[in-house]
Amino acid sequence: MSPEELRAKEQEEFNAQTRQQVILLAVGGALTLGVGLVAPASFMQHFIVFVLAVFVGFQVIWNVSHALHTPLMAVTNAISSIIILGALMQIGSGSFLVILLAALSVFMAGINIFGGFLVTRRMLAMFQKS
Amino acid sequence: MELGFTTAAYVVAAVLFILSLGGLSGQESAKRAVWYGIFGMALAVFATLIGPGSGLWALSVLLIAAGGVIGYFLAARVEMTQMPELVAGMHALVGLAAVFVGFNADLEIKNVASAVNSEAVKELTGFAALVAKKSAVEVNILRVELFLGVFIGAITFTGSVIAYGKLSGRVTSAAVKLPGGHFLNASAAIISVLCLIWYLQTGGILPLLLMTILAFFIGFHLIMGIGGADMPVVVSMLNSYSGWAAAAIGFSLGNDLLIVVGALVGSSGAILSYIMCKAMNRSFISVILGGFGGASGPAMEVEGEQIAIDADGVASALADADSVIIIPGYGLAVAQAQQAVSELTKRLRGKGKNVRFAIHPVAGRLPGHMNVLLAEAKVPYDIVLEMDEINEDFPDTDVAIVIGSNDIVNPAAQEDPNSPIAGMPVLECWKSKQVFVSKRGQGTGYSGIENPLFFKENTRMFYGDAKDSLNKLLSMID
Repeated sequence: MSPEELRAKEQEEFNAQTRQQVILLAVGGALTLGVGLVAPASFMQHFIVFVLAVFVGFQVIWNVSHALHTPLMAVTNAISSIIILGALMQIGSGSFLVILLAALSVFMAGINIFGGFLVTRRMLAMFQKS
Repeated sequence: MELGFTTAAYVVAAVLFILSLGGLSGQESAKRAVWYGIFGMALAVFATLIGPGSGLWALSVLLIAAGGVIGYFLAARVEMTQMPELVAGMHALVGLAAVFVGFNADLEIKNVASAVNSEAVKELTGFAALVAKKSAVEVNILRVELFLGVFIGAITFTGSVIAYGKLSGRVTSAAVKLPGGHFLNASAAIISVLCLIWYLQTGGILPLLLMTILAFFIGFHLIMGIGGADMPVVVSMLNSYSGWAAAAIGFSLGNDLLIVVGALVGSSGAILSYIMCKAMNRSFISVILGGFGGASGPAMEVEGEQIAIDADGVASALADADSVIIIPGYGLAVAQAQQAVSELTKRLRGKGKNVRFAIHPVAGRLPGHMNVLLAEAKVPYDIVLEMDEINEDFPDTDVAIVIGSNDIVNPAAQEDPNSPIAGMPVLECWKSKQVFVSKRGQGTGYSGIENPLFFKENTRMFYGDAKDSLNKLLSMID
């Protein structure tokens, strides 16, 4: 490919990327505004946290090295056990069925927290420089 | 402790979790970052235990410890080749926990309703106290959220169990669908939506239970219908789902930390699925709908013949070479030849040769799986490069060695528009001066697609079990 063609191709790719980004932002913005029209304020308080967290997630994860995608999965597994907080808030409720389900959840999340973080550490320790 | 303190702890934990993911941008920073994650989790659990609304904390600590012991043994004993199974199994646990917590939220709403009627509302604690303050509209939103959380959680659970089965060979890796195929999934999804309406009208447990059973079925049937070769995408997708389930439950419990973490994990899994699909040049939809994209026309005639070479020939070519690129595939791990390849690398590097590894994103059975397998065999990570980093270096390379990989080095992806893998990005190893392919025998391998690389003039086939072949080679190189 000649230099001109290469430059034209780069420009074309850049334009396509811009188009894609603008469309995504427009759709996302419209959806968010739509949600705001129907949802009550108490929901929107949590919704803003959610949208920002998704955004932060995308920014952060794109920078994760491809070589570390398996540790990434293991560590996201461990931190998604944060669902344990829900179970911990329910376990004191007094109803037997609720306690039973919450206790099972706490136990399963416990497996995940320890298993996930430990296996991540084990994997990361294997990565050595020459 | 007051709610203010718990919230403060959640903010700190959220920041720590973000840092623990961000640290994975490099191998050394990752080793530090995992501690941020551990500390964030400990802080969040501690703050919840001493915070308002938790009870039975002795039982809670005991259960966490019991789970922790099991988790410890799982993490300590798992083979690195079994990582995909472990990850799938752990997704199943998160999914099931989301289902349970969602059901509890529903039961608590009912408790609250009866408490409000009997004016016992002041005695409510934790989540129940939160619900008591809500208006009717807000309770309905809460119901939608927990319904969604249970739905995604249930799909994640059965889907992950099947993925686990397929990866560990306990379930057939072939794509299996019941008669009716995706029509069944779609109907189950539509009935689930009807259940939601029913549930909002009556608030009864029956529609919630029915939907859960349907979601269990969708998870089971959806993943059964996807072939073993697409499991990397499936596991990434389930990773994403487990996050969204946690986020939905977070919404219904009004817990911002759950929402933040769920969103982080959900977007992480989504990005991984995207990267995997891109590396196979397939759309996410086509992976989910199952089946490989069939050939769109007759395959290009492959000319020439496969020429074999023995260990002597490879050894003398390696002795003359200055630069070597090794392209490992999952077949390397199947033959348990990681140690041999690591030893070979060490010896060649000892002679001052430039030896590097080229990793295709879908080499292995999990995103980044090959990197972990090589790291375990003590191959230094700075000579293990990604496809985009190394693909342009092949023309200046003396010897490329392909071990246990096939489709990811198939030139048909670029040359034959009729090939089922046309357009898939591949490692252009055939551009190096000489290519050696370590392979069991003359078959087409896992995907059944003919590989013209084996017939190229500069390719020599090094037949035999990868481990035996490499050991034979090692005995000739000192």
